[in-house]
Amino acid sequence: MAHLIYLCLFWEFFQVGLFSVGGGLATIPFLADMGRRTGWFTQAQLTDMIAVSESTPGPIGVNMATYAGFLTAGIPGCAVSTLGLITPSVLVILLIARFLQRFRHSRGVNAVFYGLRPASVALITAAGITVTRLALFSPLNWKAVVLAAAVFLCLQIKPLGRLHPIVFIALSAAAGVLFRF
Amino acid sequence: MNLLPDLFITFARVGVCTFGGGYAMLPVLQREVVSKKEWITDEELADCYAIGQCTPGVIAVNAATYVGYKKKGGLGGILATLGVVFPSVLIIGLIAAFLQQFAYLPWAAHAFAGIRACVCALIFTSVLRLLKTAVIDIPAAALYCAALLASARFGLSPVLVAVTGGAVGLAVSRIRGWRT
Repeated sequence: MAHLIYLCLFWEFFQVGLFSVGGGLATIPFLADMGRRTGWFTQAQLTDMIAVSESTPGPIGVNMATYAGFLTAGIPGCAVSTLGLITPSVLVILLIARFLQRFRHSRGVNAVFYGLRPASVALITAAGITVTRLALFSPLNWKAVVLAAAVFLCLQIKPLGRLHPIVFIALSAAAGVLFRF
Repeated sequence: MNLLPDLFITFARVGVCTFGGGYAMLPVLQREVVSKKEWITDEELADCYAIGQCTPGVIAVNAATYVGYKKKGGLGGILATLGVVFPSVLIIGLIAAFLQQFAYLPWAAHAFAGIRACVCALIFTSVLRLLKTAVIDIPAAALYCAALLASARFGLSPVLVAVTGGAVGLAVSRIRGWRT
């Protein structure tokens, strides 16, 4: 039975890899859903995961899978969940590599992605709402609300917005300690 | 150097040098894979990204698989992919193990409360950027609103939302007579 958890992890992350389209943050809604269904990690842990993934090198989706795998099944979990996540990408690219150009210009493929992209951004927005509700409003944390608003405004200003996220994450951690969030 | 280990090591280096996901990886890939190794051209790399956006999964993984496959077939694709994820797995494994040790300390709890507030701001900034490329006309905007409602209000499964989105996209394009 002990091996069953690895099988579940692989299958869950295989689905994330197959259905999340458009970069690392697209994995968040799938992970939020996974946490709710399986109880492997809480939504608060998911938020920590996002912060760690943004502050370490490597693709964010892979970092998230590794972290979730660790919380669920330790070091072997890291490897299994990451393999699950990347297997669909590898299979798809190996399958279409021969006729890549034709695939890219296929009207059918473009049509599907025309609808898939807004759906994917909507899912990320919904996950963002969940994370925000949890981090700022349950219970209401005024200091955190002010900090989140300040960081958001800074990110919209051109030169500041180009700074690496790790700068904002480190400063926010310092603010959290300093003002006892 | 033998090409197979070279693929693994080069892509592991790309993985280490990249902070912040697939798009941050583009300049690193340009330097390592296009300029230094000359494994692919700039045009091919641009194609990789376009394809990465319209195939499932992590964009960086798609690029690694493509380059590896082109140079050394299926095995090359797999080795390049394992190379690009290897540093992440190692680093995150260490951090996750370490975080468990001190997560219960009061100052760490304060720090993480601050970090969580910051993550909210980061997510919505990314959403604004993504909206510009994804919501390009009125049907796409309507689809975005419907998907948001389905997910945030009614808790529909993300898989279902994604599949429905793709199907609606296909239907809308069909109605427009395959306009390109």
